[in-house]
Amino acid sequence: MSKDNQILEELTSKEYEHGWSVNYEADEAPAGLNEDIIRWISAKKEEPEWLLEWRLKAFRTWMNMPEPEWANVTYPKIDLQALKYYSAPKQIKKTKSLEEVDPELIAIYERLGISLNEQKRLQGIAVDAVLDSVSVATTFKGTLAKLGIVFCSFSEAVKEHPELVKKYLGSVVPMTDNYYAALNSAVFSDGSFCYIPKGVRCPMELSTYFRINAANTGQFERTLIVAEESSYVSYLEGCTAPQRDENQLHAAVVEIYAAAHAEVKYSTVQNWFPGDKEGKGGIYNFVTKRGICAGDHSKISWTQVETGSAVTWKYPSCILKGDYSIGEFYSVAVTNNYQQADTGTKMIHIGKNTKSRIVSKGISAGKSQNSYRGQVQVMKRADNARNFSQCDSLLMGDQCGAHTFPYIDINNPSAKVEHEATTSKIGEDQIFYCNQRGIATEDAVALIVNGYAKEVLNQLPMEFAVEAQKLLALTLEGSVG
Amino acid sequence: MLSIKNLHASVEGTPILRGINLEVKAGEVHAIMGPNGSGKSTLASVLAGREEYEVTDGEVIFQGKDLLDLAPEDRAREGVFLAFQYPVEIPGVSSTNFLRTALNQVREYRGLEPLDAVKFLSLMKEKMALVEIDQKLLSRSLNEGFSGGEKKRNEIFQMAMLEPTLSILDETDSGLDIDALRIVSNGVNKLKSDKTATIVVTHYQRLLDYIVPDYVHVLYKGRIVKSGTKELALELEEKGYDWIKEEVDSATV
Repeated sequence: MSKDNQILEELTSKEYEHGWSVNYEADEAPAGLNEDIIRWISAKKEEPEWLLEWRLKAFRTWMNMPEPEWANVTYPKIDLQALKYYSAPKQIKKTKSLEEVDPELIAIYERLGISLNEQKRLQGIAVDAVLDSVSVATTFKGTLAKLGIVFCSFSEAVKEHPELVKKYLGSVVPMTDNYYAALNSAVFSDGSFCYIPKGVRCPMELSTYFRINAANTGQFERTLIVAEESSYVSYLEGCTAPQRDENQLHAAVVEIYAAAHAEVKYSTVQNWFPGDKEGKGGIYNFVTKRGICAGDHSKISWTQVETGSAVTWKYPSCILKGDYSIGEFYSVAVTNNYQQADTGTKMIHIGKNTKSRIVSKGISAGKSQNSYRGQVQVMKRADNARNFSQCDSLLMGDQCGAHTFPYIDINNPSAKVEHEATTSKIGEDQIFYCNQRGIATEDAVALIVNGYAKEVLNQLPMEFAVEAQKLLALTLEGSVG
Repeated sequence: MLSIKNLHASVEGTPILRGINLEVKAGEVHAIMGPNGSGKSTLASVLAGREEYEVTDGEVIFQGKDLLDLAPEDRAREGVFLAFQYPVEIPGVSSTNFLRTALNQVREYRGLEPLDAVKFLSLMKEKMALVEIDQKLLSRSLNEGFSGGEKKRNEIFQMAMLEPTLSILDETDSGLDIDALRIVSNGVNKLKSDKTATIVVTHYQRLLDYIVPDYVHVLYKGRIVKSGTKELALELEEKGYDWIKEEVDSATV
């Protein structure tokens, strides 16, 4: 008995691994949100006039939008005027090559286990490293450019490929789509841009690693992925933040455009600081992610492993416009302690013979609340649309909650829509069974949870699947006594 | 090997075991029989370390160690194996993955190197033959959708893999048809040696035709009220438990 308690104590006192921060001199916008700040950010980034106008238009609309309150989460209102909307390490200069990047900044990523050194990196993954409001470095740019692939920071894309940015920016998530998307459109700072030309299969995983370092700063990044006809890309996003007592806001927008026969696979391993054991601090993760299967036979697949953030509000969605297009959503969302997650997807069937598949696995522990919210919409001309949804919830302990909010809206009689849902509890029987075979309790929990989430984890690129498995175990450590 | 002295245990304040005494030596097979509710499965669970059972008195020494002081996983690593009456399902975890995790944790505890995939698989092949279990079954989620017989066979397969010193079979015969019973018993018999011991908990004599016990104990109201050799099991089969109940109940009045 005493030994059990001791183990429990050790586990629950384990801290968030990426909770450290680094002091560097920052180039920051003054706190507050108004048109001058937006002009300041735009000037800082030497943006063209049209983009500034775009931002201002978003801002003016946003000012008249109410803050959404429909999600199943509660949190104190964020004072948006107290935040800073831009913060960048001063060491960042306009560098052309990786060699010129300040070693201090590279060291931050080394410490997170992300090597920006191309020689040292595993072959097969190119990284764009975003620190607070700016991109620090992008690897393998040269290799990819030979294939005509553009992979760079958003700011760079605005300068180097303005015609592409202008064409696609806001085309999937309109600037006034929702409160946080509008805010993002007004103040977004950096993010990744990726363009795969016609017929090209991207030979490596592309990934963006987001890190918030500065205090009292919001991170508003924007990612835009364009896959031309018959192209393929697999994209991965990772994120961490220091452990701070106050809540920090992360409001990103991701847009994906897939032309005919193109396929985009977007995977996220989200590990923002979740707040401490008492629910103090942590990131508010209010994100809009949407992809459009614009061409026939195109496919967009979202996979997410959500373990961090104090409050998550996120619905990666697919607009299935092209005939025979496919949308997929695979999600594992874990909440522990006082975390709250309201996450799911929207599948909007517009084209004929479109298909969508939703697999959502929620895991709640501690005093957390975990909600799945999903919408399946079949439009009038979407003949033979098919959807399959599966929403499972796993509960650990008796103080957490799991909720499911499926919305189904069918306007075509030929649609086939299936929805399955289960709720289960991690059983003491299962843990004892593992114990009796010599498996320690924390390993037993990891085994059971990974088994439960397997269908989703299998969708992740190999090396990230291993990372995600470890992360799941770490997030739930100490949640079973 | 195993020495149980005056063991008392209760569930939620209700006493179930009321002073068990039992000595098991290496090489022996002991059968624990008794009517329903006599505490047979409780005894098995207490030895394995199930948390719901509170030990209120007595001691259990296993190979010189105080068993009751060890966490359930450490008891397993010390060599105590419980074949469950109702094996648990773990969706998404294959038997292979489960056993590899288990075996390597046991090996680590004993200061042995973990088995690599190749060695593990060849060990599996060897033990699969013992209980006539199909490879396909082992790549499926642990016990999920297994028939009753497959679940029990899988228990014995796990026992073969983990090579325990003391095996406790809790109602392993329940839900088995005659062929499955033969296969499971064969497996158990092949695993017996002069260094290991087996405790067979069963309600019926049937299993004991296959796994022949050296001693038979009758459990009633949380105590061992009668001990004997395998002939006692036959007598019970013939006469039922009532005569023992009467004997005990009249003695305590």
